[in-house]
Amino acid sequence: MIKVTDLSKNYGPVEAVKSISFDIQDGEIVGFLGANGAGKTTTLKMMTGYLVPSQGSIEVNDMNIIDHTHEIQKQIGYLPELNPLYTEMRVYEYLEFLAGIRKITGRAFKDALARVVEQCGLNGVVHKTISDCSKGYKQRIGLAAAMIHDPKILILDEPVTGLDPNQIVEIRGLIKSLGKEKLVFMSSHILQEIQATVDRIIIINQGEIVANGTSDELMSNFMGNVLLNMEVKGAVRESVEHIQAKLPSVKFIGMEEVNGIQSVQFEYGKDKDPREDLFHYAVENNWSILKMNPHTTNLEDIFRDLTKDGGANA
Amino acid sequence: MHNIRTVFRREMQGYFNSPMAYIFLVIFAVVSGYFFTNTFFLFGQSDLRVLFDIVPLVFLFFIPAVSMGLIARENNIGTMETISTLPLNTYEFVVGKFLAGFCLILLGLAATSIHFFTLVSVGTNVDYGAIFSGYLGLALMGATYTAIGTYASSVTENQVVAFIIGVFFVLVFFMLDKTLVFVPHSLAGILQFLAVDYHLSNISRGVIDSRNLIYFFSMVGFFIYLTIQTLEVRRWK
Repeated sequence: MIKVTDLSKNYGPVEAVKSISFDIQDGEIVGFLGANGAGKTTTLKMMTGYLVPSQGSIEVNDMNIIDHTHEIQKQIGYLPELNPLYTEMRVYEYLEFLAGIRKITGRAFKDALARVVEQCGLNGVVHKTISDCSKGYKQRIGLAAAMIHDPKILILDEPVTGLDPNQIVEIRGLIKSLGKEKLVFMSSHILQEIQATVDRIIIINQGEIVANGTSDELMSNFMGNVLLNMEVKGAVRESVEHIQAKLPSVKFIGMEEVNGIQSVQFEYGKDKDPREDLFHYAVENNWSILKMNPHTTNLEDIFRDLTKDGGANA
Repeated sequence: MHNIRTVFRREMQGYFNSPMAYIFLVIFAVVSGYFFTNTFFLFGQSDLRVLFDIVPLVFLFFIPAVSMGLIARENNIGTMETISTLPLNTYEFVVGKFLAGFCLILLGLAATSIHFFTLVSVGTNVDYGAIFSGYLGLALMGATYTAIGTYASSVTENQVVAFIIGVFFVLVFFMLDKTLVFVPHSLAGILQFLAVDYHLSNISRGVIDSRNLIYFFSMVGFFIYLTIQTLEVRRWK
């Protein structure tokens, strides 16, 4: 379990992360979402012990990162944002080096190597020089490096950036399968990626957490009004504008007519669906309904709404 | 110790997986060999003094070149982030790196042993003691310069800048005892004691004094300590 409390990080006068708090339970896959420069990577760097927080605390399984940096680092596998690798080394040499630092040698290393080669699909490139591998394979090598010691916690910074759609699906599947037994905390600025992979989403904007919950919770908490587009025949402006008196939950937005078809926009609250009443109203007024299309707020709208003030300043 | 060995081994793999080590060893052997053999048969003296005079000058540029990438490259390509999130102490990382650089210098010195064998086969009355102390002095000087180069490599992520900083520091310590005539008498003693060349010339003469050994070990320790502090401070920025 990871518990982050009032965590802040300042780079000189710039506050990259401003007093954020959240926790992640074992067996959870949590997505950390934010625009570029929102403070995601800084937070992850503090969680892995690369940077020291300016304020606040990070506890991993009740151990503080400042006092027990190495104990925590033993439990964490980390894939940094740009996936830095020693490109002149062969894949197995690189993994052997990392395993060596983690005291996995000899037979134990061979077993660990076989496991990550299987999990990350590295068959066929183990003896290749890293610089000769494709970007997709390099990303897998980075993941294998993060998993060579079979950590309980995986922290992945933008794990699918730069991959093609097929590779994204593969890596997503791998992360999902890992999430069954591990705590996975992954950052991304690609919403679809997060939505498809994680159990819970934390959204950060300008160093502050602006949302924390499952995709459904975020939808119900942040969903605004529903915009309804109707196409009808035979409607006149007076009867359309009169609708507000008859159906108070519906707000008339606008109307235009093209080739005898009237396009009408209404807005209504997310909890009160007036479409049936609208249908009866249309029948009473002799309108023929051609189309009725409600546009509900999706997660992308919520994300854009929550992070619209974000900038690349952290 | 295990981690130092692991870092050391990776660094050596890095040297020998790229052309770096081979280029260094060949050029070092050719340059020192050229200057040595040029005069060796001319003077007809059974010693390696020419070699021991030329190698310190070659070291001035070669060691900063060998050590410039030790840490700067890690910062440049981002692997420092991976390293820093491993359960690895900063001192283990720095000492492993230093030892790898030093080991390459020792290999370079070992390559010059061909001149020793030439001397043994054609010379007479070879003073083995002087040759041993000459090599010991060069090794200690190499260790000191490697420590300085490792520090220079830690303050920047640009290898060229690291090289220039390394050459600057190495030159300062090399030149100190050549500036004694320009400084007040009270400072001369201190500057002379800080000069690498002063201690090297003592050892090369065959006098292995503990003061000289302490000087070299302190220099190595001091610059390794500075390197560790430089890397530690970065986490807190």
